Amino acid sequence: MIKTLLAQVKEYKKASLLAPMFAVLEVFMEVLIPLVMAEIIDNGIGKNNTGYAIRMGLLMLGLAMLSLAFGVAAGRFAAQASSGFARNLRKGMFENIQTFAFSNIDRYSTAGLVTRMTTDVTNVQNSYQMILRMCTRAPITLICALAMTIYINASLSRVFLVAIVVLGAALAFIVKTAFPVFNAMFRKYDALNASVQENVTAIRVVKSYVRENHEISKMQKACAELCLMSVKAEKIICYNMPVMQLTVYGCMLSISWFGAHLVVSGSMTTGQLMSMFNYVMNILMSLMMISMIFVMLTMSKASMDRIAEILTEEAEIKNPEHPVKSVADGSIEFDHVNFAYGKNSKNVLEDVSIRIRSGETIGIIGGTGGSKSTFVQMIPRLYDTTGGEVRVGGRNVRDYDLETLRDQVSMVLQKNVLFAGTIKDNLRWGDQNASDEEIEHVCKLAQADEFIQTFPDKYDTWIEQGGTNVSGGQKQRLCIARALLKKPKILILDDSTSAVDTKTDAMIRKAFREEIPETTKLIIAQRISSIQDADRIIVLEEGKIHGVGTHEELLASNSIYRDVYESQMKGGTDDE
Amino acid sequence: MSKSGVGEKQSANARQVRPMGGHGKKGMRGGPPLPPGKNPFHVLKRMTGYVLQSYKWHCLLVIFMILFSSLAMVYGNMFLKSLIDDYIAPLIGQDNPDFSRLLGAMTKLAAIYVVGAFCTYGYNRIMVHVTNGTLQNIREQMFCHMETLPIRYFDTHTHGDIMSMYSNDVDTLRQMISQSFPQLVSSCITIVSVLISMILLNVPLTILTLAMCGVMIYSAKTLGGLAGKYFMAQQKNLGAVNGYIEEMMSGQKVVKVFCHEEKSIEEFNRLNDALQESAEKANTFANILMPVNGNLGNISFVLCIIAGSIMTITGFGGMTIGTLASFLQFNKSFSMPIVQVSQQFNSIIMAMAGADRIFTLLDEQSEEDDGYVTLVRAEIQPDGTITETEKRTGRWAWKHYHKADGTTTYQPMEGHIEMEHVDFGYVPDKTVLHDVTLYAEPGQKIAFVGATGAGKTTITNLINRFYDINAGKIRYDGININKFKKDDLRRSLGVVLQDTHLFTGTVMENIRYGRLDATDEEVKAAARLANAEYFIEHLPQGYDTMLTGDGANLSQGQRQLLAIARAAVADPPVLILDEATSSIDTRTEKIVQEGMDHLMEGRTVFVIAHRLSTIKNSDVIMVLDHGNIIERGNHESLIAKKGIYWQLYTGKLEQD
Repeated sequence: MIKTLLAQVKEYKKASLLAPMFAVLEVFMEVLIPLVMAEIIDNGIGKNNTGYAIRMGLLMLGLAMLSLAFGVAAGRFAAQASSGFARNLRKGMFENIQTFAFSNIDRYSTAGLVTRMTTDVTNVQNSYQMILRMCTRAPITLICALAMTIYINASLSRVFLVAIVVLGAALAFIVKTAFPVFNAMFRKYDALNASVQENVTAIRVVKSYVRENHEISKMQKACAELCLMSVKAEKIICYNMPVMQLTVYGCMLSISWFGAHLVVSGSMTTGQLMSMFNYVMNILMSLMMISMIFVMLTMSKASMDRIAEILTEEAEIKNPEHPVKSVADGSIEFDHVNFAYGKNSKNVLEDVSIRIRSGETIGIIGGTGGSKSTFVQMIPRLYDTTGGEVRVGGRNVRDYDLETLRDQVSMVLQKNVLFAGTIKDNLRWGDQNASDEEIEHVCKLAQADEFIQTFPDKYDTWIEQGGTNVSGGQKQRLCIARALLKKPKILILDDSTSAVDTKTDAMIRKAFREEIPETTKLIIAQRISSIQDADRIIVLEEGKIHGVGTHEELLASNSIYRDVYESQMKGGTDDE
Repeated sequence: MSKSGVGEKQSANARQVRPMGGHGKKGMRGGPPLPPGKNPFHVLKRMTGYVLQSYKWHCLLVIFMILFSSLAMVYGNMFLKSLIDDYIAPLIGQDNPDFSRLLGAMTKLAAIYVVGAFCTYGYNRIMVHVTNGTLQNIREQMFCHMETLPIRYFDTHTHGDIMSMYSNDVDTLRQMISQSFPQLVSSCITIVSVLISMILLNVPLTILTLAMCGVMIYSAKTLGGLAGKYFMAQQKNLGAVNGYIEEMMSGQKVVKVFCHEEKSIEEFNRLNDALQESAEKANTFANILMPVNGNLGNISFVLCIIAGSIMTITGFGGMTIGTLASFLQFNKSFSMPIVQVSQQFNSIIMAMAGADRIFTLLDEQSEEDDGYVTLVRAEIQPDGTITETEKRTGRWAWKHYHKADGTTTYQPMEGHIEMEHVDFGYVPDKTVLHDVTLYAEPGQKIAFVGATGAGKTTITNLINRFYDINAGKIRYDGININKFKKDDLRRSLGVVLQDTHLFTGTVMENIRYGRLDATDEEVKAAARLANAEYFIEHLPQGYDTMLTGDGANLSQGQRQLLAIARAAVADPPVLILDEATSSIDTRTEKIVQEGMDHLMEGRTVFVIAHRLSTIKNSDVIMVLDHGNIIERGNHESLIAKKGIYWQLYTGKLEQD
């Protein structure tokens, strides 16, 4: 998992190496400074040598300046490396998501993906920066300071060895105990947020049913659980500081005691004893930092996991090795097709077989959950069949280059989405290089030109995110125009005219018939009137083809079709 | 984070209320700073008051413990001075040095150290309690208060912004209470005590140290300001990236269908690079702060050594090596808390911005409810007298207390609704409904028809008083609806909305949401009525299937069926169906419709429907256009009129 993430460091490797390098240099300075200090006290002040003391003082000043320069450089490179790493993580995730198949996309919620690319990345970025600045610094400080103490007085330095072992063991124990509790706490935290979120989005339901108190009691329960868990987790962390302090104090006392003996017996100078005290702080602070790195790492582990999950998720549909780059014609064939969304879920398409000729217009009708959308989504290979074969232009869809296939099989999804941008920007999704005339032409076919012309900015009208500033019917017509711009061999409309009035709906179909007769058209609709003039109509029921035929044939032979027809005609729709 | 597709109806309202209407703020996480004109110290004061309110004694104890733990440290440093001068120096050169005096002093010190460490543990432990308790209080208070806010609040604030208060803002508060607060206290104690000790030791060196501290504070302020500026920019860019991801991810299937992957990566890279640039600058300045101030501390240290050495050598002010050694320790102990305080300052400002947003929510005006007419179960005798009862009689009555003569009267709840010259607008200067007058007799089915934005949903929003009218009157069973207690008014109205919202829980629990004391049998009966039973029984665990993420594992149609079942189990006298069956196919709708027809029997029903076939049998159909009722009548009369309804019905006019 860590390897997956680190692979994204890429061009920031240099900064990632420079940052700890400068940090190490900074540490050297910091270790040297107390040494020089001892020198000043012993040989300068102790021997009443003012000149020497001042010279060494100036040397120290120089070292401090160097330390400053190194520190600034380390900070700068760490910032560059971590922000760059974060950038690459976001980029990597975004790019990988773009390769996802529909089945991959289904697995994640929009909110979940946004969190991964923002909050989680920020967590990792902070940890990474922390590590770059601390991970070499802390061990090097530790080693240098230890080396110095050994150099000053080997026997006294043994005190530190004991301290390190004790402190290390204690901290490791604390972190290890706290980690699972923290994990449990984070889960409670997520649950709490989910509960609030749910309440905020469904506030109308809550208020309509006067369930405020019910929601409050649910929330209070979640709050209390979170609080309990947080206290439990943080209670363990509370031992950190006092353990640290006790160790420092213990070292101070031991060094004072043994040091006093050594000084008195003449095997150590007072200046050296002073330096020892300084190193106590250095050594124990670095141990503390190491433990903090561990804490940071464990805290951001959840984030790292979630990012790695996206980075390693493999697109379930990939281009074949030798992709076919052209589609012969708009014929479609389903050959005993089975499909299920999950490994263990039941088939939503079962043994579906049908041949559709190029240029045919096919209506598809069926109940909610009758797998109509699933059926058509097999054609541009948005999902792969779990059994059987789907052929387009006489070849298995798995043989085609995905882009070629999807350019030739143009689909208007049921969940239409327009993006923030002008109408033209949105339509050019269908064809980057479409001329203004081409755009206008397809809009005329989709009966969208008329209302676009009434906008003050016409084709340059700005569409809000999600297309919220055009009506449902207008949105649907724009989406159809966008799909037409691809000049596809197969056009699929998945319930795409439900908000369009019947007259315009009829005009769209008429335009299809007259202007793009060679294109195979598949139209899913709820309204019988939208499909009754199709060449053939497929009735899908519970994942199976229940009947195929013309309007008249089905009326005569298919009970479901007749039911639907009657439910819509009851009382007589005076449709022309 | 706001869910995609929150619902056109709702967002349409939100747009009307919020004329700026941009999506720019959506996804802005982790606090913009305090708005200008707000004094962070006021917020700090209020926040402190909030903590002290429940944890006064805890906080006092914490301060004492911090004091003691800091003093133990200072005492230790003081000891180092005496260690060399008083305990070691006299022994040097002695043949038989006597360490017992040293041992005694050290035992005393050890005892103080242990108490100090204990206090450190103690205050940390108490702070855990205080922090989490306070956060729990704040969260609960926020939520309880939020539940009382009018719908207008939710229509005018993005869900992302509201959520951000519960996560980001509460988190910054946690940091402040649990870390900044004790740090500040201990830093202050250390600064004061160290300062006193330094003054006692040597005045000239103290002045030198203080001067260097001034430099450190200045650099912290400058660098902190620069970092803050770029953190703001980073936050803005993060918002942009967030918004883009949200848009693209919710339209990811369209991206796939149009092979638009490369284009969307291109745009993403542009935003992502801008974010990195600002993040790099912000972090650079923040990172530099530490080494700069740390080394300023070192320089201060060196200056003291030089000055101190000279003083020792010259014997100025009775300076000894021991005094210098102690002073140098103090010098170090003095710089550290100064650096820490200056660093904490930034995070306190950030936390205060969060606290300010939380307090703004808590100060938000609650939904007013001065109604006094309540809904009670009733027993109606043959002679017409009404008595209140606990039993489920299937009848309801309004309990009307008359202030003037102190009497209480009961009036049967029948479902008569009357609107008289009602004007309404979501914002003061833009009316959405003009002079709407309508009558609904008990048991009648009233349908609203018209284009998006014509005001259909708005009318239903007024009946249950999600919004209050600007002019005119609405009467319910002859009583002005302002007189009803809102809860009772809403309890008498069942609502099924177009955007179904389900809660995390089982299918059973979700249906039971309509009436919490419904038995399993009643829930199942309601599901049958809504024709939802068939699909529920085909779910993996039937009624016990867990629904998560707003019922993400169900189709839109199935979710609507559950919402209808939920309304059925509530069994309300008046029903409002706002496009309740829009996502159900016509064949299923026919079956649901039959169930609903049973449900609607004897009740007043307001229907907003997209498919006109479902409202044909309504008693009255109102055609709305730009907030005006332009046609009214039953299906036959409206068809005969050959007006707008006729055009809509025959599909000559686009409805949506």
